[in-house]
Amino acid sequence: MAKQTVSETGSTGVPLTSNTVITVRNLVKKFGNFIANDNLNFEVFRGEIFGFLGANGAGKTTALRILSGLSSPTSGKVMVAGYDAKKEPEQIKKNIGYMCQKFSLYNDLTVRENIMLYGGIYGMSKKLILERTAKLLERLQFEEYGGRLIADLPLGLKQKLAFSVAVMHEPKIVFLDEPTGGVDPITRRQFWEMIYETAARGITVFVTTHYMDEAEYCDRISIMNEGRIVALDTPANLKKQYNADSVEEVFIKIARPSPADPGMLQKNPKGNN
Amino acid sequence: MKRFIGFVKKEFLHIFRDFRTLIILFGIPTVQILIFGFVVSMDLKDANVAFLDLSNDEITRRISDKICSSGFFRRTDNLRDYKDVDRVMKKGDTRAVIIFGDNFGRDLARSGRATMSIIADGSEPNTATLITNYATAIITDFNRELDRTARIGNILVQPEVRMFYNPGLKGHFMFVPGVITLILILICALMTSITITREKEFGTMEVLLVSPLKPSQIILGKVMPYFLLSFINVILILLLSWLVFGLPVRGSIALLLAESMLYILMSLSLGILISTISKTMQQAIFISLVGLMLPTILLSGFIFPIENMPGIYDVVSSVLPPRYFILIIKNIMIKGAGFSDVWRETLIIALMTAVFIGLSIRNFKVRLQ
Repeated sequence: MAKQTVSETGSTGVPLTSNTVITVRNLVKKFGNFIANDNLNFEVFRGEIFGFLGANGAGKTTALRILSGLSSPTSGKVMVAGYDAKKEPEQIKKNIGYMCQKFSLYNDLTVRENIMLYGGIYGMSKKLILERTAKLLERLQFEEYGGRLIADLPLGLKQKLAFSVAVMHEPKIVFLDEPTGGVDPITRRQFWEMIYETAARGITVFVTTHYMDEAEYCDRISIMNEGRIVALDTPANLKKQYNADSVEEVFIKIARPSPADPGMLQKNPKGNN
Repeated sequence: MKRFIGFVKKEFLHIFRDFRTLIILFGIPTVQILIFGFVVSMDLKDANVAFLDLSNDEITRRISDKICSSGFFRRTDNLRDYKDVDRVMKKGDTRAVIIFGDNFGRDLARSGRATMSIIADGSEPNTATLITNYATAIITDFNRELDRTARIGNILVQPEVRMFYNPGLKGHFMFVPGVITLILILICALMTSITITREKEFGTMEVLLVSPLKPSQIILGKVMPYFLLSFINVILILLLSWLVFGLPVRGSIALLLAESMLYILMSLSLGILISTISKTMQQAIFISLVGLMLPTILLSGFIFPIENMPGIYDVVSSVLPPRYFILIIKNIMIKGAGFSDVWRETLIIALMTAVFIGLSIRNFKVRLQ
């Protein structure tokens, strides 16, 4: 909660402390008449695991695209890794990692070739890439897979590898867009262990997920509904505030499906827990 | 720049790892050239010829014998009447009919000149040309003999060539320009649209867009290998058609290659445009094949002459870039034309390229907004 207090005293778009890696002030994004993001305000701190929840169509993806420099806000101030999302998206891109819901490595390249490719794209020197590759493969106990095509690996391994590649260039923030979709529970647990390790190294983890048990693992979570952030706190505080036993209960209480989107609840079935 | 090179390298790896891509890139052009080349045979041997000899004198018999003993022709029929000409030709095995009118001998005796007719089946243009050329050569040769032996001197038998069914003989030697045109637009547009939509479908495009690579670098990096490989393809096709079929490039090879580069560029930008409007690979393939390959084969003048197209098809054809490229390449290869003869078509293709690139950028921006 100490972190939360800091954020509440902030009033300008300037990063509040050196520990703030994302600052969002009055962010509005419109597509024509449709308001996808309606006046968002939040901070994310260094080394934090920040869960970004919301039903499909709540505006998560739009916000994520703005934060990762893919899209420009209509109004408001967004600072990511010390750069303005409106003016310096290219700088933001250099300082973040990204892994998406769909699997993001190339199936027809080997493990090593994929690592080389992404290392190269992020401007790492060849020496550094080789060094980190060795470390990365060792940490994953992957050494014997280095020359294998990605297509031959099981999905769980692929996801772990994709995550390792996304943080290989030591970004300030890594965005994970539903990273554990379709992965078995054991791999999911291992995946979250990797997330913890990464956050402990000082890399901020910004994660969207539909698995409510995963939301419990986050330091703080925000819940979006119809373009607005309707709740933002630690999982424990939210459960207390909404008098709920689990984050899932909180989520269902807050993010009630609007009549236009009756299918929302089906995306978060209890059976997933 | 280093980021970019690594990215291009990856694109080459995609191509060389995928057997199907390699087949489309290099197998199809080779096979097409060979098929078109060998089916449209350049050799003439024992072509079936019928004779209608109404004059039936010593000279006409000597000409007929000379033609039939050449090894190129075989006599199938001796016709009695003009009405039979159409009948034997329609049966199909007779490639040509050689006709001496009933006053042939009289004309030759009286004025020293006479006219005979060679009627060939123009529905097979290549064979028809060969037959008339060979027959004409034989008759020219006969004239020389006649000239030497005849006491009167200056006797001349004049062959008059007619084509049945396809008088303009369109299609002759058209297959190489046609195949180049088809292959390039197919490879460039189809392959680029597939490779870009594949990244979209697999989710790797998002990762690339979030990376420090600029969108322009991503697109350039993706099309660059196809530009290089297509260019190699042009050279391969030209070499093949020259080595295997002896088809020369009469005009400037540099000009031909430069025009090919422009056309490759056009096809690539078309491929990029297709990728911006299709969400899946299937969609991209469908648009490329139905929207590009079929019109190119049917409407660009590759197989069916544009001159014979009904109005509406002509209009559709006029927005197809292949139509102009076929003209350019045909003029350069076969007629030996220079830039001053093809600048108009070149300009049209350049303008089309600009339009495609402009539309792609617009679509791309909308997506990123």
